[in-house]
Amino acid sequence: MIEQVQQKVRELLEAGTIQGFLGLREQNGHIGPYLFQDPEDLEGMSLGDRERPGDTRYPLSKLLLTLARNYPQASLGILVRGCDERAVNALVAWNQLDQDKVVPVGLACPQELAEECECERPYPEDPVAGKKTEPVAFASVARLQELEPSERMRYWLREFDKCVKCYGCRDICPVCFCRECSLEDQHLIRTHNLPPENPVFHLTRAVHMAGRCIDCGLCEQACPAEIPLRILYKKVGQIMEEEFSYHSGETTQKSPLQIADNQ
Amino acid sequence: MEYKNILTTCTYCGCGCNFYLENLDGSLTGTIPCKTSPVNEGKLCIKGWNAHEFVQSDQRLTSPLIRREGKLVPVSWEEALDYTASELSSIRSEHGPDSLAFLASAKATNEENFLFQKFVRAGVGTNNIDHCARL
Repeated sequence: MIEQVQQKVRELLEAGTIQGFLGLREQNGHIGPYLFQDPEDLEGMSLGDRERPGDTRYPLSKLLLTLARNYPQASLGILVRGCDERAVNALVAWNQLDQDKVVPVGLACPQELAEECECERPYPEDPVAGKKTEPVAFASVARLQELEPSERMRYWLREFDKCVKCYGCRDICPVCFCRECSLEDQHLIRTHNLPPENPVFHLTRAVHMAGRCIDCGLCEQACPAEIPLRILYKKVGQIMEEEFSYHSGETTQKSPLQIADNQ
Repeated sequence: MEYKNILTTCTYCGCGCNFYLENLDGSLTGTIPCKTSPVNEGKLCIKGWNAHEFVQSDQRLTSPLIRREGKLVPVSWEEALDYTASELSSIRSEHGPDSLAFLASAKATNEENFLFQKFVRAGVGTNNIDHCARL
């Protein structure tokens, strides 16, 4: 599978279509994000499958944003699974990336990973490697939905109580691009305080993620307190679907919540 | 465009979390927790997440300081170490080893802290050693 990706990236680099390709590379026994500029480096490329498929994913679109902000004229390639492509699309929709400057090289996730993620779209539009597999419904959301509202509230309050306010969920998030963060705004939450206000801190972020969260699950993986954040944001995504028929990042269409842009 | 992610170990405490420091054209632009590190498994605390900021802070001390006539003056490491060693020796010979106390650091490794307590107990000759968290 990796050969197809390597071949595609080699062609793009050699043709000069892209100035660099943001992907993953194994070095010193660790897999990390890497900007491929020399085709010779492609030997060490990784797809982020260490022990299990997709267990070493990074927020590549967030790193792409850093490069694009500094080099707005450069065309850059990026390794995308379904979630990474949604992140790129969401960043285009929110006017953060120029779509003409991004060249995605797609990778479809195996069924095993799609099920682990409960992913409704475990593939990019046009994968060069892997086969498009079946979408998986949000069973974790449905399970919590069965609880009585008061019991469900207790569940979340208990989970949020574990928060150490590291801001890891925000820092790892591929679609958190704001220069001024709601979670540091004293009008919205009590800043400079520990523990964070429960549930205000987490619900402020949840509301802010409406129309943005593309369900990659990196926040949950980065959480030292193991709060099931992905379930929370999956529910946010579900509400956006029910109320507005909007799926963040499925296309580059603007979110119904982008009021300034829609007027 | 020179973009590199450099794998390193957090210096904030002795845990030894691994992260990548994002480096674009010679400036640090971010911190990314290393997912394959057995220590932190892709997680960090709030200090670690912001490690790239202090490295380039203009408030960062880049040389040792000695207070002279009430003012802190930058000096070389050699001068600072010579000064510290001579002051410690003179206090010890005048007032005895228990007139000195030493604070170890959470930023140092286990091995460095072991060496430090050995130096204090066996070298200086006092049990006055504690941890910087009780400073």
